[in-house]
Amino acid sequence: MLELFHVSKTFNAGTADARLALNDISLHVHPGDFISIIGANGAGKSTLFNAVCGSFLTDEGRIILDGQDITLLPEYKRAKNIGRLFQDPMKGSAPGMSIEENLALAAGKGGWLSSVSKRDREEFRDRLALLDMGLENRTGQAVGMLSGGQRQALTLLMATFNPPKLLLLDEHTAALDPATSEKVLALTESIVNDNRLTCLMVTHNMQMALDMGNRIIMMNNGSIIFDAAGEEKRHLTVEDLMEQFKIAAGKSLDNDRMLL
Amino acid sequence: MTFIDVMGLGQTALELGLTSSLTVLALFLSYTMLNVCDLSTDGCFTLGACVGAACAISGHPYLAIVMAMVSGVCSGFITAFLQTKMGINSLLAGIIVNTGLYSINIAVMGNTSLLNMNTTPTVYTKMKEILAGTPLAGQFRVIVSLIAVAAVIVFLCLFLKTRLGLAIRATGNNPDMVRSSSINPVFTTIIGLCISGSITALSGCLTAQAQKSVNIDIGSGMVTIALASLLIGNAFLGRRKIPLRAVGAVLGAFIFRLVYTVALRFDMPAFMLKLVSAIIVVIAIAGPYLKTRFPELKRRMTARKDGRGRNA
Repeated sequence: MLELFHVSKTFNAGTADARLALNDISLHVHPGDFISIIGANGAGKSTLFNAVCGSFLTDEGRIILDGQDITLLPEYKRAKNIGRLFQDPMKGSAPGMSIEENLALAAGKGGWLSSVSKRDREEFRDRLALLDMGLENRTGQAVGMLSGGQRQALTLLMATFNPPKLLLLDEHTAALDPATSEKVLALTESIVNDNRLTCLMVTHNMQMALDMGNRIIMMNNGSIIFDAAGEEKRHLTVEDLMEQFKIAAGKSLDNDRMLL
Repeated sequence: MTFIDVMGLGQTALELGLTSSLTVLALFLSYTMLNVCDLSTDGCFTLGACVGAACAISGHPYLAIVMAMVSGVCSGFITAFLQTKMGINSLLAGIIVNTGLYSINIAVMGNTSLLNMNTTPTVYTKMKEILAGTPLAGQFRVIVSLIAVAAVIVFLCLFLKTRLGLAIRATGNNPDMVRSSSINPVFTTIIGLCISGSITALSGCLTAQAQKSVNIDIGSGMVTIALASLLIGNAFLGRRKIPLRAVGAVLGAFIFRLVYTVALRFDMPAFMLKLVSAIIVVIAIAGPYLKTRFPELKRRMTARKDGRGRNA
């Protein structure tokens, strides 16, 4: 589904601040994979997502999505096939516009001059009802009035309204309180399962990384240092991951946020 | 002041307010919706006036309107192109286009800075002929402008509901979200500024034809005047739905002109218009900001006072 061949990216190349953010990354994601990505801050997890989404062009390597070479495709064109959620719930929706208007843009139906039809409206309501947050009765309300959890759930709905080939979740529950986080995660799982989406999820929560998905990847200093799938992944524990990190990175993992 | 006087003042404010309210509607699109402060507005307004006048003088009163709007689209396109494709800061792009337009405007008028339309048939004189003999005969200016304003409001309301219109609004609200909806924000910015440019030029064209002359300074300070009107309207109807907010923009233009006309009656010299509009913009933008800062300032002040008391 998604293939990265020797992808590298250096920020501020040629200056004293040069930093190798992605170091020769090769990754093959199979259709239907749900991959958890863990790693300390600055390991390159979000940078990897940015490279796939096209927030910047990579220095080297090729990125193939579902057979199409997207290495040089602009960000907005890739977005047709890639849905993405950020840690910041404010990032994925337009606060000054209503829920319905946000959904209309995400749905992207019809020509440029078409407007929201009655049927679209009903579909929006049905989809919103699945979130079970009462948003289906507030479609005219500005998105800026919603809580962080509601907004993230809405963003999830928007990102998957037309099921994308690839869904990227960048710590999308980290800014939410535990109860809301749980709810958004459950929603994520049901949407991913219902649409059989291929999904990559960055998380700082090792237990969550172990509980969800069929494959786990650990990154450090812009490289993938550990990759386990299927049976092997199922038997992993948090202790195993810590041990793996020590072996691969040559130092123990001391980031508090990763011990959760 | 008699009732007739008041009516007369209202009439003047209405005539001036309506033609300039078109520029306010243009800023409603570019400033409020797209979140771009388009400083080429002055030049674009003059461009519309010059193109419209040149066209009307050569005997095409209706084509004048169309050509003025087309010229506005070109001006808006260049401003948008500079800021989205050439890496020029959006304020600077507007200023650059504004400067360049000065030369173009003089060229359009045929190497002069003043054109007279005293005997030129325009949409206004056409309307005057149509209304001759009816009770509305004296109101021909208001009627032409009203038709234009109504048409632009209806267009904006319908347009902002379309997918393209929503995308333009979202571009001003959260460009990241536009990109993730697989829409190119460069495209929406260009379309938005082209449309707002055409409305600004229409405003300039009608203003010139209503006053039967154009000079090169007709648009100077327009962006501040329109912004002041927009912010006044915003204070009344800013939190409502789009159609009401558009009407609010027109209302703002009317109120602004009314205040100005009344001030003129109290012997305020005409050249004060621009200072007044500048001050209104400062108050309208700085006011809400200072209001949020007020509790903080108050706390600092009391703390300082207490501190001084302790030291003494």
